[in-house]
Amino acid sequence: MSNQISLGDASPGCQKVDPILVADNVSRQFGGLTAVNVAHLEIPRGKITALIGPNGAGKTTLFNLLTGFDKPTTGTWTFEGKNLAGVASYKVARLGMVRTFQLTKALSMLTVIENMRLGAQKQPGERFLAAMFRPLWSGFENRITVQAEDLLKRFKLDAKRDDFAAALSGGQRKLLEMARALMAEPKLVMLDEPMAGVNPALTQSLLDHIKDLKSNGTTVLFVEHDMHMVRHISDWVVVMAEGKIVAEGPPADVMKDQAVIDAYLGAHADIDLGTVSIKTVKDGE
Amino acid sequence: MDWSLVFGNAVAELISPTTAAYALAAIGLAVHFGYTGLLNFGQAAFMAIGAYGFAVSILNFGFSFWGAIAVSIGLSIVFALILGIPTLRLRSDYLAIVTIASAEILRYVVSTTSMVGLTGGSNGLSAFGFQFYDMNPFPAGNYLFWPFDVTEKELWVRVVGWALVILASLLVLVMMRSPWGRVVKGIREDEDAVRSLGKNVYAYKMQSLILGGVLGTLAGIIFILPRAVQPANYGTGLTFFIWTVMLLGGAATVLGPVVGSMVFWVLLSLTDGILQGLVNIGVITFLTTDQIGPVRFILIGLGLMALVVFRPQGIFGNKKELQFNV
Repeated sequence: MSNQISLGDASPGCQKVDPILVADNVSRQFGGLTAVNVAHLEIPRGKITALIGPNGAGKTTLFNLLTGFDKPTTGTWTFEGKNLAGVASYKVARLGMVRTFQLTKALSMLTVIENMRLGAQKQPGERFLAAMFRPLWSGFENRITVQAEDLLKRFKLDAKRDDFAAALSGGQRKLLEMARALMAEPKLVMLDEPMAGVNPALTQSLLDHIKDLKSNGTTVLFVEHDMHMVRHISDWVVVMAEGKIVAEGPPADVMKDQAVIDAYLGAHADIDLGTVSIKTVKDGE
Repeated sequence: MDWSLVFGNAVAELISPTTAAYALAAIGLAVHFGYTGLLNFGQAAFMAIGAYGFAVSILNFGFSFWGAIAVSIGLSIVFALILGIPTLRLRSDYLAIVTIASAEILRYVVSTTSMVGLTGGSNGLSAFGFQFYDMNPFPAGNYLFWPFDVTEKELWVRVVGWALVILASLLVLVMMRSPWGRVVKGIREDEDAVRSLGKNVYAYKMQSLILGGVLGTLAGIIFILPRAVQPANYGTGLTFFIWTVMLLGGAATVLGPVVGSMVFWVLLSLTDGILQGLVNIGVITFLTTDQIGPVRFILIGLGLMALVVFRPQGIFGNKKELQFNV
């Protein structure tokens, strides 16, 4: 099974032609439970990588570890060659690795546009003393406002610009969180279940946004349960089960992998993974 | 009973230095709780640091007025760092526990007998305001009109106190409309989200704790200028009055703490005057004048409960922006 992304054949923990993120021996134990135990993982640059696996496979925990929101029991990892083990989460984000959350964290009592502006990096007015002197930061503020309005338009949230984020629907909050992450102009954006709870009518536009990111040169790593979407937009799929990586490869090949079928479906192995997803999505295409 | 006296006393509270001091302390608390979401239950300690830092450095160390202010602010920053370094990385509840405990520790320390030489022990300190009153630009005489009529000394402390309140309000207004304020409000909503956007949440919480604490310290200085320093004043009761004042006006508003303080003190004076009068003329027979002090606080407590039920965002608050949702 050769391809353009991995060096040699795709296999769990295989080397990539151009990795942006490389993790080694990352493990996390909660008491006696080993939630994550990844021997080696490389995320290809400029591609869309899906991280899939059954509930409790350790996908979100791996996200938390890689972005500094949780501390691993063992392990090291590098992002663009920089060691990230033990680096605080806000510094990880400043390096260009920005994440979203499974349970949306829209800042409810801030307006949509303020949420967006908060995503921008290096605003001088965020420093305590500079904040008192508007001329020091108003120029930057105007620039990021233009950038934010442009993103809001792309995510069809421009009509909600001055509403409190609390007034948005669940799906709109997902969109806002993603747009806000993009304000940081990340090199790698990590989306934790971007489609969960999103109206099928919106999923198609979300998928398009994720593809747009790739065409702008951003690397995307996302966790998702919906196999149809995974197959539809990802270049590469990493499958986790019980904390380990059990399979890797291009989506079409991974779906046929016996380890994946075992991990996901157990006794229902005769069902094609691609048809597990809801039919409405196909209708929406 | 003399109704004009009762109402006159109540209305005079509108501009009293104590009202200004409570407003200033509540502005500081609004920075902590209303904007940043920090549960500070030790604002009385910041006020005590202002009071003792100012009085002790003048009486025991012969500092100038400005030197004493600088010492108080410096001590207040150190205190904020001591509180914040261990707790601001933890959940907000921990700050609440640590602040309430350290405020009590501070009060007990300054009132111990072994500290009498420095802090006056439980008797407190007095006669430290001479430099302040020497700076008074108003010639001796009576100023303003009924019911605000004051002597030149009373006028001077009112002018300084309210000037400070106005400056603090403007500072908070400017800061909360800046990108710094946006980060801080984001932290109130969800600090992990703010962290994921590359902001050093810990540093922002510390800056907010220091800013609000220094405002509390300045309030402590204004509070003692017209009176003596009494350790008994800095108990948890003071902290909760400041909380009442802040919630009354609206926690995430600039004017809220100021108006909250005015309403609080006018109501306190009014209930006191009316109850005193009613007892004196024999309308109320089941209370003695000694019991009125506690009773008016019971009434204030009832008022606060009604506020929480019927107007949880305070007088000025935007219901969408902040309620009691801790």
